[in-house]
Amino acid sequence: MIKVSNLHKSFGKVKAVRGISFEVRNGEITGLLGPNGAGKTTTLRMLYSLLPPDEGEIRIDGLDPTKDAMEIKRTLGVVPDSRGLYTRMSARENIAYFGKLHAMSAEDIHTRVQELVETLDMADFIERRTEGFSQGQRVKVAIARAMVHKPQTVLLDEPSNGLDVMSTRALRRYILSLKEAGHSVVLSTHIMQEVAALCDRIIIIADGRIAADGSAHELLEKSGCDSLEDAFVRLIGSEEGLLA
Amino acid sequence: MNGLITVYKKEVRENLRDRRSLFNSVLLGPILFPILFIGLAYFASSKQQESVEKVLEVPVVGEEHAPNLVSFLEQQGVIIQTAPEDPEAMVRSQEAQVIIRIPETFTEQWRTGKPAVIELIADPSRRESNIPMQRVKGLLNAYGAQIGQLRLQLRGVSPTLRTPIMVKDIDLSTPQSRGMLVMIMLPYVLMITAFTGGMHLAIDTTAGEKERKSLEPLLINPVPRWQIMLGKMCATATYAFTSLVLTLIAFRFAFPLLPTGALGVDLNLSGAAIGGILLAIAPVVILAAAMLTTLAALAKSLREAQSYMGLVFLIPMIPSLIFMVNPMKPETWMMAIPMFSQNLLIGEFVRGESVSTLWLGLSLGSTLILGLGFAAIAASLFNRPRVVFSN
Repeated sequence: MIKVSNLHKSFGKVKAVRGISFEVRNGEITGLLGPNGAGKTTTLRMLYSLLPPDEGEIRIDGLDPTKDAMEIKRTLGVVPDSRGLYTRMSARENIAYFGKLHAMSAEDIHTRVQELVETLDMADFIERRTEGFSQGQRVKVAIARAMVHKPQTVLLDEPSNGLDVMSTRALRRYILSLKEAGHSVVLSTHIMQEVAALCDRIIIIADGRIAADGSAHELLEKSGCDSLEDAFVRLIGSEEGLLA
Repeated sequence: MNGLITVYKKEVRENLRDRRSLFNSVLLGPILFPILFIGLAYFASSKQQESVEKVLEVPVVGEEHAPNLVSFLEQQGVIIQTAPEDPEAMVRSQEAQVIIRIPETFTEQWRTGKPAVIELIADPSRRESNIPMQRVKGLLNAYGAQIGQLRLQLRGVSPTLRTPIMVKDIDLSTPQSRGMLVMIMLPYVLMITAFTGGMHLAIDTTAGEKERKSLEPLLINPVPRWQIMLGKMCATATYAFTSLVLTLIAFRFAFPLLPTGALGVDLNLSGAAIGGILLAIAPVVILAAAMLTTLAALAKSLREAQSYMGLVFLIPMIPSLIFMVNPMKPETWMMAIPMFSQNLLIGEFVRGESVSTLWLGLSLGSTLILGLGFAAIAASLFNRPRVVFSN
C-alpha cells in the first residue's frame, strides 16, 4: 500500500514534480504513464528514498521514506532507470552482492538465486561475467538482484527500455506472475501498450502533475475516446514527448 | 557494519580481476621503481668512474710559455692537444670540456717570482665537465705546490712552515647514511606509492560506478551511505598499503644489487626499518585514500576524475621535493606537518637510527587527524544528489 500526497520536487529552477498525489493498492499493478520528462523517474526516486521530497508526504505500508529509509529499502524491490552491472563479476555474483547487502545468509542467497534463475530463465548465462551481455540479459540480472530479498512491493522504472519483442513479452509475463504471487507492482513507462496489457490502474503524469487516474476502462469513459492512445493524448493535452 | 564489510570485500575482489588496478598497485610501485632505482645507480656510478679514470685530453693555448708545466701534465698522463683558434667557442660548442690558456705574461711573472696566472676555460653549469675540471685543477695545484716547495727548500726554509694548520676529517656517518641517492629518493618513491597504489580503485569505485550506472542500484540497498563510501575507501587504502609493502620488500632485495663499491656505501633495509616505515606511512595511506575518493566522487565523469589525479600527484611531491632540494635537520615541530614528517621519519629509519616515540606519535597523530577529516567529508558525499546523479 503506497499513499502519496501533494509531492513536490525541484532541481534548481526546474520543477520536476509539482503536486502529485495517488494511491497504489496491494496486489495490483499500477502504471505511471507519461511522456519523457513528465516526472515519473523523480517520483519513483522519492518513493525509494533516493531523493527527499521538497514538500508532500509518502507512506509505504505506513513507513515514511524520509525517516525510515532503511526499513523501506528492505521492503521494496527496485529496478531503477540505471541498471549498470559489474562487468568483472558473473551474473550470479552481481545478484549475490545485493543479497549480501540485504544481510542475507549465503545459503538463503544460494537458494533464492536458483529460484530466480528458473523464473527468469537465466541458466545459460548465470555463471558468465556480465561483460557483453545483451540488453535482455542485463534487465534480467537487474530484476533478479532487485528481487533477491523477496520484496513485497516492486518498483520498475521503464523496465522494457531497449528490449526486443521477445524479451518484452517475457518481461510482461514475469510482471503478471508477480501480481499473481500477491506482490504490489508500480511500473513507469511511456508505452501505451504496456499499460494496456498489464495495469489494473493507470496514473497519467504530465508536466509534473497528475492528468488522470483510474482503470483503462474509466480513462476511456472520462475522455470519451475509443482507444487508449487517443484518450492519453486528450488527457495530457498534447502529443509531445510520446514518440520516444 | 555488515554493509561496509560487504562493499569492502566486493571492491577488493572485483579489482583483483582488473588488469589496470593490478598494474597500478603491483607493477608500478613494487617493480618499476626498484628497477629504475638500480638502473640509475648503476648508470650514475659507471658514469662517474668513467670520467674519473678516463684519459684527460686537454687543449692548451700558449704551450710555449710554460714548457715545464706542459711536460709535467704529460708525465701525469694528460694528452695535450693543439690549441684551437677560439677556445671559448670550443667550450661553448661542447667540443672541449676544459681548456688551459697560458698567457704571454706567464714567463715574466714566473721569473720574477710573482703568482703566474693560468686561465682555465670551462662551463661549470654543464655538470659533465665538473670532473675533468677538478682533475685539471688538481694537477695544476699539485704542480704549483711542488714548485713552491722547491723554491722554499732552495732558500733553506722548511716547507712545513707553509702549512700552519692541517685539517683532518673524522667521518661519523654510518654506511647507511652515506647512501644519499637512496636517502633522498626512497621517501619520495614511497609517498608517491601511497597515492598511486590506490588511485585506480578510488576512481573505479566512485566515478567509475557512476559512469557504469551502477551507483543508483547500489544505493537502493538498505545500507547507510557512509558505510558504502567507507567500504570503498578501505578497499582503496588496502590496495595502496599492499602496494607499499610490496615496494619495500622489492627494495629490500634490490639494495644488495646496488653498485655499493662504487658509491662507497653498504645499504640494507632491515625488517625493523620496514616495519617502522610502514607504521609511519600508514596514516598517509588513509589520507591519500580519503583525498582520492573525495576528488573522484566529485568528478562528473571518469575522464574528469582521471584528469584530477594528475594534480593529486603534486600533493606528495611537494613536501618530498622541498626536502630533496633543501635537506634539513629533523626537529620536533616538523613532525606535526602531515606528509612532510614522513619524509624525515623514513630517512631516519633507513639510516638505522632509533626514532623517538614523541616524533612518531606526532607524525601519526597529525596525519591521522587530517586523513580522518577527509574521510568524514568523503563519507558524506553520497548524501549529495549532485554526486549520485551525473545528469
